Amino acid sequence: MKEISCKLLVIGAGPGGYVCAIRAGQLGIDTVVVEAGRLGGTCLNVGCIPSKAVIHAAEEFDKVVHMAGGESPLGISLAKPAIDLGKTVAWKDRIVGRLNNGVAGLFKKAGVKSIQGWAKFRDGKTVEVETETGTQLIHAETIVIATGSASVDLPPLPFGGNVITSTQALALDRVPEKLAVVGGGYIGLELGMAFARFGSAVTVVEALDRVLPLYDAELTRPVLKRLDALGVSVMTGAKAKGMSKKGDTLVVENGNGGEVRLPADKVLVTVGRKPLTEGWGIEELALDMDGRFIRIDETCRTSMRGIYAVGDVTGEPMLAHRAMAQGEMVAEIVAGHRRTWDKRCIPAICFTDPEVVSAGLSPEEARATGVEIKTGQFPFQANGRAMTMLGEDGFVRVVARADNHLVLGIQAVGQGVSELSAAFGLAIEMGARLEDIAGTIHAHPTQGEAFLEAAMKALGHALHI
Amino acid sequence: MAEHTIKLPDVGEGVAEAELVEWHVKVGDLVREDAILAAVMTDKATVEIPSPADGEVIWLGAEVGDVVPVGSPLIRLIVEGAVADDKEADAGNASSDEAEKSAPPIEPAGEKETDKIRADVPSAETTPEAAEAVAPRRPLASTGLPRPEGEKPLASPAVRLRAREAGIDLRQLPGSGPAGRITHEDIDSFIARGAQPAARGLMPDTSVEEIKIVGLRRRIAEKMALAKSRIPHITYVEEVDVTALEELRSKLNGERKAERAKLTILPFLVRAMVKALAEQPHINARFDDEAGVIHRYGGIHIGIAAQTNAGLVVPVVHHAEARDLWDCAAEVNRLAEAAKAGTATREELTGSTITVTSLGALGGVVTTPVINHPEVAIIGVNKIMVRPVWDGTQFVPRKMMNLSSSFDHRVIDGWDAAVFIQRIKTLLETPAMIFVEG
Repeated sequence: MKEISCKLLVIGAGPGGYVCAIRAGQLGIDTVVVEAGRLGGTCLNVGCIPSKAVIHAAEEFDKVVHMAGGESPLGISLAKPAIDLGKTVAWKDRIVGRLNNGVAGLFKKAGVKSIQGWAKFRDGKTVEVETETGTQLIHAETIVIATGSASVDLPPLPFGGNVITSTQALALDRVPEKLAVVGGGYIGLELGMAFARFGSAVTVVEALDRVLPLYDAELTRPVLKRLDALGVSVMTGAKAKGMSKKGDTLVVENGNGGEVRLPADKVLVTVGRKPLTEGWGIEELALDMDGRFIRIDETCRTSMRGIYAVGDVTGEPMLAHRAMAQGEMVAEIVAGHRRTWDKRCIPAICFTDPEVVSAGLSPEEARATGVEIKTGQFPFQANGRAMTMLGEDGFVRVVARADNHLVLGIQAVGQGVSELSAAFGLAIEMGARLEDIAGTIHAHPTQGEAFLEAAMKALGHALHI
Repeated sequence: MAEHTIKLPDVGEGVAEAELVEWHVKVGDLVREDAILAAVMTDKATVEIPSPADGEVIWLGAEVGDVVPVGSPLIRLIVEGAVADDKEADAGNASSDEAEKSAPPIEPAGEKETDKIRADVPSAETTPEAAEAVAPRRPLASTGLPRPEGEKPLASPAVRLRAREAGIDLRQLPGSGPAGRITHEDIDSFIARGAQPAARGLMPDTSVEEIKIVGLRRRIAEKMALAKSRIPHITYVEEVDVTALEELRSKLNGERKAERAKLTILPFLVRAMVKALAEQPHINARFDDEAGVIHRYGGIHIGIAAQTNAGLVVPVVHHAEARDLWDCAAEVNRLAEAAKAGTATREELTGSTITVTSLGALGGVVTTPVINHPEVAIIGVNKIMVRPVWDGTQFVPRKMMNLSSSFDHRVIDGWDAAVFIQRIKTLLETPAMIFVEG
């Protein structure tokens, strides 16, 4: 058995782990990172990046389909397009491959040693890694757990056959004629809408009474409208009971207790993700847990000295950018810097059509903290740039304290609003007041002007409405 | 367009002047008819001055804290349309030039500062007077205001990082920026002041805040100084066994009709005072020491000192001699509510001939009440405590309450004071006597 020692060992090379390792390397820390799969984790291999590639392809295809149908107000017409999903997926895989290599390159540049294999704790300072070439023993002063999360399955719908995960959905070589999506959260809707745009007949089955339950109804209304326009049928209050014997029909119990049979070529199950806390020897460490997650403090320390945890394994929101910020912070702490988790907001984006962005508190959450609030909402219907992009659905909404106008939250729904998340996050992190936003020149003509106008609206003097 | 001058109206009978306690408008504001322009305070009541017309404020005639004679110009408005005829309009233009000349000094930087501060940190705006008074003297740029407890410090990521690396706990810094945001300059000045890193614990606070005394607080200050400098107080403390009274009170409360106010100790005391004062009418009086005359009143008008958010006020139970116990209770309650809500009228706040002061559960063991000038006596109620009392053979637990009372020694002798309080003690200890006629 080979043995090595290092100062910092990072388990998992997803966004939390690889950022932690790169930053640690930059800071001159002797760092080793262990990854069982490909570098980049869920985000880069089977999550954020590939899904956005496929969603983009779907969007482009949808556009040309409409042009071919002679429906384009832009006056463009063309012959009926076709989609070769196999090629789309190959293109997506090339992007992923480039990014995998990118992470490897960054490790090299930062002087981080990367080992492929499955890590297992022997004790709080020692990890065994099963590699292709045998077992490797690693002794480390400090260990960062960044094992991430995995898709949850539904007991009546075990994955296999036509019941697929989001990962498999992103690797299909043919567009399914009929697609059932079980779970109306952001992953289900993003992929469901993408396949609807590729031409699938999509049905979304959600157990709760509405889809995208994490966002308020006002924010999701434009998405529901678009689902309707795409012909996606949405069953809420409905439970998936299992597949038919032949495996080509999904059996659903609707809200009234009646049984509905949905013929489906593929059934995509997106009912959530669970932290990966099994199979790597957590039991050797007896770490304190916080529900399903590993309990951490404001410096990402676990209950065991010298062991940190970052990313999805530590709690909600399970988002790559939260993991990255944690990973960076932990690397700096290990290097002896004083750091603590003091972020004011973690923006969240839903790449549906139209896109939904939320940073900070919703009006309801803000009210629940006991402060008086004011809100300002500006519709894209009154935004020139949105009109020129056929994207008039949606709005930007600003939530601020009524007494000192401190911005508490910013939400938006609309075509391409994901890019506005940078401005939203910056405003909240800087402690902006409504007057700060209203006093910043926003370039014309852009959708960002709706952000300016929403702040002005909250102040009682929006100009273009 | 015409100019309209609003003068300080006659705000109460016999009132020659009033103190301006709050501006609701500033120069440049557009106001609607009946909008409140300002608040002035007479003896004790606050009166709001409404706008007689729609218009724009162009001049303010006083600053908060100024005492303004009745009839003197307070505000000038530019009024649209037909309020004034041509001639008046001309006159208006002329004086409006004048107003422009005089406007700048009357719209001091402080005024604007005040507005800014109000927008920035309204949480500190507990009373409008305080905010008005503090603002001009405390430029926020250098000090900032304290954050309400439990609120997270607001700072940009760069400021947070710098503080973290310097070992500064941002919770200890006031934020001078908008909405109390902590800036790089705040950290500079914190360090320049020789701030110890937060971890070292306690730190001296060398700040001094100037607060202009205006409004009710000024009235209270003047009144107290007057009473204490003019009146040689004699304070007499006696303990009263209220066991029987408390028993009676709880029985009466238990059986009272739903619409009746709950009885406190006060209505009993009021009735006992009425009875005792019938025998010693010279204690129910006002002493005009300048004229050398005592006004002895037939009616017994008992002032009840009440704490409000703005400060101490004394609403008056008029003609206590003509009110029964329940009526006294209802009136005391009503006045207390009105005083707290700030809706007590001038009449309800004046005309007392003797005063009662009670701090309820905070009543302490002994107080030295200050006479409500120009009255000659005040009775202070201390808290009720169960104390061991020697009954001749053993200690027994009794509900005991002290009365701390002050008298104007110029006109009330110690003997009379003692007799008066002993009489009240007797009445309260055997409460049935309060209700026996004759």
